[in-house]
Amino acid sequence: MSFISLLWVLLLGSLLGLELIGKVPPTLHTPLMSGANAISGITMLAALTLIVKAENNIPLLVIGSVSLGFALFNVVGGFFVTDRMLAMFSRKPSNKK
Amino acid sequence: MNLPVIIKFVIDLLAVLLLALGIKGLSKVKSARDANRLAAFAMSLSVVGLLSYYLGTSGIAIQSWIWIIIGSIIGSLFGAILAKKVPMTSMPETVALFNGCGGMSSLLVALGVAIFPISGGLENFDFFKSLINEVSISVSIFVGAITFTGSIVAMAKLQGWLSTPAWTQSKVRHFVNIVFAVASLIAFFDLINGNTSSIWLLVIVSSLLGIGVTLPIGGADMPVVISLLNSYSGIAAAAAGFVVDSQLLIVAGAMVGAAGLILTQVMCKGMNRSLVSVLFGGSLSAQTTASSSSGEYTNITSCSVEECALTLEAANKVIIVPGYGLAVAQAQHTLREVTKKLEQNGIEVVYAIHPVAGRMPGHMNVLLAEADVPYEQLKEMDVVNPDFPATDVVLVLGANDVVNPQAKNDSSSPLYGMPVLDVQEARTVFVIKRGMSAGYSGIKNDLFDLPNTSMVFGDAKKVLNDLIGELKDLGVGEK
Repeated sequence: MSFISLLWVLLLGSLLGLELIGKVPPTLHTPLMSGANAISGITMLAALTLIVKAENNIPLLVIGSVSLGFALFNVVGGFFVTDRMLAMFSRKPSNKK
Repeated sequence: MNLPVIIKFVIDLLAVLLLALGIKGLSKVKSARDANRLAAFAMSLSVVGLLSYYLGTSGIAIQSWIWIIIGSIIGSLFGAILAKKVPMTSMPETVALFNGCGGMSSLLVALGVAIFPISGGLENFDFFKSLINEVSISVSIFVGAITFTGSIVAMAKLQGWLSTPAWTQSKVRHFVNIVFAVASLIAFFDLINGNTSSIWLLVIVSSLLGIGVTLPIGGADMPVVISLLNSYSGIAAAAAGFVVDSQLLIVAGAMVGAAGLILTQVMCKGMNRSLVSVLFGGSLSAQTTASSSSGEYTNITSCSVEECALTLEAANKVIIVPGYGLAVAQAQHTLREVTKKLEQNGIEVVYAIHPVAGRMPGHMNVLLAEADVPYEQLKEMDVVNPDFPATDVVLVLGANDVVNPQAKNDSSSPLYGMPVLDVQEARTVFVIKRGMSAGYSGIKNDLFDLPNTSMVFGDAKKVLNDLIGELKDLGVGEK
């Protein structure tokens, strides 16, 4: 990919984010923040790339692995914690009926 | 284009689509939980896509697999355990911690690529191959480090492990932070000039900058900072995407970055603070301790739990205003018991949720949902404000600044202009509070001086427990 097309990707991604998130009720802001935060752990893909390309470079493998650990901590923890919060919301209306 | 490239392209596209749908779904109560799972699925899909691409092209060496598995298991395990164990009251700190680790991950990737030039067949991968690589590595390190140290400081402050040192409230901090910022700029240019070792300078000064900008910020502004740092971690991920040449990373990172900014803006609006004053104004309490608004109380009425129970029993409509004090006291379940009793007696009960009640928007909703409060009873500020004049009793539980009439009446007050709940319009207001200490803004609350306000002193949970006892004695809620 050329640098310019990556910049386009950046621009369109930002616009998409602005548009998607403009209409959220305050109630869902904490779960949304937590969910979006889990998605920012997408950097785990960069860590994976690093490990795969490291070949026999042990220090690089270790750095990649630590980085992957941090990212997955963010991703797994983030999604679980969001689910915990949302589970409490979604149970309610059905209980009422 | 060969097959693995095409497959990866399709999977990436699908993952972006699902992530976008996930974020969109998170904006509606009904679909939020499924949306969160959809996003989690999209993330797993993206991993499968990346791994299958490498399996189909260069292959993945055994030692790579080993390190992948080690990192994944340790990271996921700790993440899952923490997510299951952490109490709902510590949600803001937890999000801050997760967020900081995301930033750390981006930092490490950039650092790894920078200090270990990798041999052989790496398209866009050699360090200093191009200016673009250098810039994206620097940005990734800079933003990643700020996200990490900033989030850790935010977490420590929310946990009470760190206080706000006095020097951070003086002008000194601007000077210190400018020094750090200039130093990172110098390190950045040095790096571009080919001096690889200055990468460590960049790591150190950006870490210090993260600490320096977060440390002066006071408790009430913390959610804004966490939200902003959440946005940063997205930017760090996008920068890491430039480093490893991944469109998926850039799109997802940019989406999170934009999301965090919007959320930050919403929170600032709710508190009547501009982002600039949050970031550079220092702690609000420090600014205002000297100002006239921190005057003495002259007309405090204190009352017993028994009186409170008697008034509640006679009420037709009760509005509960929860705040951070409720979260700290872990009193949400006890509160629910009280309101259940009132409802059984035919008293209408609703909860007025200020947009920034607690430490994060939605903090109270999460807390009350945990205590099985029906979702429909939670009313947003704009909906509930016209109801106060027709309300018999308002119970303020651990909320302070969000019910301060100064925000409407006193143009000299730092709170002036902040949207507040008009609780003083109700017939009687009970404020359950441990003592006369000020709220997080450090500003005197004029509500406490009003004739229709009574203070019930004590820990929220204890007072509510006593209240249950008193209501029982009155025969409320027993059929």
